[in-house]
Amino acid sequence: MNTLNELKCTFPARSENESFARTMVCAFAAQLNPTVEELADLRTAVSEAVTNCIVHAYRDSHNGMIAITVRLLPDGVIYIRIADKGCGIADIGQAMTPLYSSAPAEERAGLGFTVMQNFMDQLNVTSRLGRGTTVTMRKKLHNGEE
Amino acid sequence: MLELKQEPQRLTAFLSGEIDHHRAKELRETIDFAVREQYPLTLILDFRRVTFMDSSGIGLIMGRSHLLEEYGGTLEIHNPSPQIRKVLRISGADRLAVIRSYTESMKHPVPAESAPPYAEHPTKQEEAIHEYAQ
Repeated sequence: MNTLNELKCTFPARSENESFARTMVCAFAAQLNPTVEELADLRTAVSEAVTNCIVHAYRDSHNGMIAITVRLLPDGVIYIRIADKGCGIADIGQAMTPLYSSAPAEERAGLGFTVMQNFMDQLNVTSRLGRGTTVTMRKKLHNGEE
Repeated sequence: MLELKQEPQRLTAFLSGEIDHHRAKELRETIDFAVREQYPLTLILDFRRVTFMDSSGIGLIMGRSHLLEEYGGTLEIHNPSPQIRKVLRISGADRLAVIRSYTESMKHPVPAESAPPYAEHPTKQEEAIHEYAQ
């Protein structure tokens, strides 16, 4: 599919960067003229994916990197890919179960993937143990359409 | 980034800014310290000045809900924005706490120290808003 515009960014998996990552994606997405609600949806979904990288993928090391790719596609579709090279997910089905968390002691609600699923149109998760996890999400932004 | 207001039997935490994983731990520790000092019957988390919250905020709400359950206290969530309301709804956290919106305080955000005292019982209008939100 034709990519109209693209953003790539790599940054360390530090919690200070959670705010930066979601703000960056939203600033780029602003070109599609999204509604306030659509922008809030993107912001929340990106925050969840990036937090997963920091809390889960790299939990034993703080040197990992997170790579974000954002593509603006025709018909107002935004594509977001968030990838880490962390520990990987053994059981993706379990990880995506609402309220399941492998880090309950840190008061993780176990809702990251649930929020991503609900706030975006499409969510794909691929993972390999010891190699990393890639989350891709798509959302059609409807602003300006009747 | 957090103001606490202690009243008899009631503790209100005025949260502000963005609530994510990066900030949740500090908020949790500060709120829990104040709860254990007072053991209020009602803990109010006021979100009127919160501009963003992800599921880290749900963890924060669930954790405080459990803490209050331990001694029979109740948790209330006041003035969440539409974005926060959506996260609450998806997570089912709206079943863990009473959620209220106060239209006046939404229209005219006021600093904690000059916030009007909340009615002991919600007014008809507030109840209507509460029901609408369900």
